[in-house]
Amino acid sequence: MIPTTYYLALSAILFSIGVLGVLVRRNAIIIFMAIELMMNSANLAFVAFAREFGSIDGQVLVFFVLVVAAAEVAVGLALIVAIFHTKASIEVDEVSQLRG
Amino acid sequence: MLNLATLILAFPVIGLLVNAVCGRWMDEKWVGIVSSGAASAAFMMALLQAISLAASGFQAEMVFLSDWVTIGELSMPWQLRVDTLSVMMLLLVTGVGALIHVYAVGYMHGDDRFNRFFIYLNLFLVAMLVLVLGDNYLMMFVGWEGVGLCSYLLIGFWFDQETPVSHRRGGEQKGSSNARAGRKAFVVNRIGDFGFLIAMFVIFVAVGSLQFDEVFHYFEEEGKTATRLATVITLLLLVGATGKSAQVPLFVWLPDAMAGPTPVSALIHAATMVTAGVYMIARSAPIFDLAPVSQMSAALIGASTAFLAGTIAIVQWDIKRVLAYSTISQLGFMVAAVGMGGYVAGVFHLLTHGLFKALLFLSAGSVIHGVESGAHDTGAHVDAQDMRVMGGLKDKMKTTFWVYLIGALALAGVFPLAGFWSKDEIMADAWHVGVVNGQWHGVTIYVLLVLSAIFTAFYMTRQILLVFFGKSRSEAAAAAHESPTIMTLPLIILAGMTVVGGALNLPGHHMLSHWLEHTHHFFHSIDFNMGIAVSSMVLSVTAIALGYLVYYRWILENEPGPDPLQRVLGPFFGFLKGKWYVDELYDLIVIRPYEWVSRLLAFSVDWKFLHDFFHDSLVSNSFRGSAAILAGPVDKGIVDRLFDGLAHMTRIVAVRVFSRLQTGFVRNYALSVLLGAVGILGYWLVR
Repeated sequence: MIPTTYYLALSAILFSIGVLGVLVRRNAIIIFMAIELMMNSANLAFVAFAREFGSIDGQVLVFFVLVVAAAEVAVGLALIVAIFHTKASIEVDEVSQLRG
Repeated sequence: MLNLATLILAFPVIGLLVNAVCGRWMDEKWVGIVSSGAASAAFMMALLQAISLAASGFQAEMVFLSDWVTIGELSMPWQLRVDTLSVMMLLLVTGVGALIHVYAVGYMHGDDRFNRFFIYLNLFLVAMLVLVLGDNYLMMFVGWEGVGLCSYLLIGFWFDQETPVSHRRGGEQKGSSNARAGRKAFVVNRIGDFGFLIAMFVIFVAVGSLQFDEVFHYFEEEGKTATRLATVITLLLLVGATGKSAQVPLFVWLPDAMAGPTPVSALIHAATMVTAGVYMIARSAPIFDLAPVSQMSAALIGASTAFLAGTIAIVQWDIKRVLAYSTISQLGFMVAAVGMGGYVAGVFHLLTHGLFKALLFLSAGSVIHGVESGAHDTGAHVDAQDMRVMGGLKDKMKTTFWVYLIGALALAGVFPLAGFWSKDEIMADAWHVGVVNGQWHGVTIYVLLVLSAIFTAFYMTRQILLVFFGKSRSEAAAAAHESPTIMTLPLIILAGMTVVGGALNLPGHHMLSHWLEHTHHFFHSIDFNMGIAVSSMVLSVTAIALGYLVYYRWILENEPGPDPLQRVLGPFFGFLKGKWYVDELYDLIVIRPYEWVSRLLAFSVDWKFLHDFFHDSLVSNSFRGSAAILAGPVDKGIVDRLFDGLAHMTRIVAVRVFSRLQTGFVRNYALSVLLGAVGILGYWLVR
């Protein structure tokens, strides 16, 4: 059986890739995808721990995360569409009116 | 012994309450019936009480009503004392009171405040009964103050009217003269009450109780060793007596008290309340007997009061004022008597005087009533109390004339009326102290009393002549007619009692003396002295003849000139007319300085110093100054600048630093979130 550590390492790698994606990419859709990646890395960690401790709680929590992610996608995409309508672009650096 | 004392007290209380609560819905007749009924019932009870007391061997009995003050050892109950002295007073107060209630129903007929008058009268009875029945000095004081209050209320009863005779000159005068008279009585009495109060304090500190029995027991035990204490107490009590019984130097309120309705003058200012001082001295006899100085003071005060008031009475024109001064004079006789240890003589004179002076006042009221109704019929405007507008009333008011004559003769001390016996006994006491015991003050007192008796006979003759004989000197007097039966009936009863009243303490029997000696064993009468009796009788008759000689021509003149006495007395007349200028003297030495001090305090001390200087200049300016300092330098300079600076700094920091952080680039924010998360996680890991 593959040790749990491996899953956690994978999860950490996926999470880091997500973070990096959010930080370095300017396209809102890509950033979105990176966020999804981070969430799924968290899901992976959940199920890994659920298997490790023989508990169902982690798997249940994953479903909650999926639901939240779906909702988030709906809201997020709607925002992106709205931004596109006003700016004719989805570059996040273009949206900087709140600069101090 | 039957316990009726509570009932005696209860009847006037009931009458008072009924009239106070329902009086406004009852007409005059029922108000009169209720209050006179209450007084009469109280009198019946008092009679029964006297009989029951006699039947049970004259033993004094206490009737406990309720606790009043109970603190530790101290206990002052509401307790009535029924003994021979208090029952004697009860009979006088309720008896004369009942007659005067009946009389007042006629006299006050048609008055706007009819109901209120009878409430006050019943209240007075209650207070007087408490005074007489109280078993300790405190209860006596309650009654003492109560009668004072009623006196004030009733003197100023017609507070919205003026009496024609005005008294004080100059100065600012507030209220009607009637209201002023009431106030004067109240204030002057207050001086006396002050003495009484202090006396009570001293008794309490020394004896630890105010119950009569305990106090007297203490002094009987101590005997001569307590002389100084007894002197202090009795002198203070004497101050109280001079106030209530209108003695020198506090007599000035009583003449003015005649502003009240005549039944009030008769009941309160002649028969009962003013005798409270005499009663109090008689009650406190065991203490007075230990203090020769106080006794001498009392006797001298009494005798000089009798003399002084007697001289003033002979020049008065106002029918009630003559009687008022006469009352003061007679009270002087009583105080002199009790001061000389002649307690029985004093109380005897108190009783007989209560009868005949009530009679005289009520008859005077009847005369005034007659003249007033005459003035009403003819439309004439006269001062119905001025004897100059009277004259010739003998035939028009027959009943009043005869009862007046009886009262006047009794007052003048003519044999065999009541006044003769009681006055003679006082004379005999003075003679005994002065001549038999050879004490100088006894001689002085005897001389003063003889002179007063002569004056008494003289001014009563003058009054009878002026009022009833000669020509009617005004239309009103000519048209006067007799008062209604409800007024004359009490007069006839009182006249009857005046005739037989002397029998109370006839020489040889000394009924009153034997009756009273059950209260204090040393109460006894002096033996009848034929020489004194005859000589005073001769003097009285001489004075009457003298009065007739002076006035018989004057009363027949059509246009009466000045008082014929003016020729006889010369400059002295003006002095007497000015009432020895006692009011003016008090005005000068008490009232004016008092007003001066008040003005000084009000205008200089209060207004100029306290208000202008202290308040306005000192307090207000320093307040304003310190407020200016706090507002200017402190608040604006320090506090405001502190907060302004703080706000300014906050803004600088916000503009220079925090606003730079808001780049608007979402990835910057994400980076800081990441760094934060890494920081927190790192902290947890390293910890």
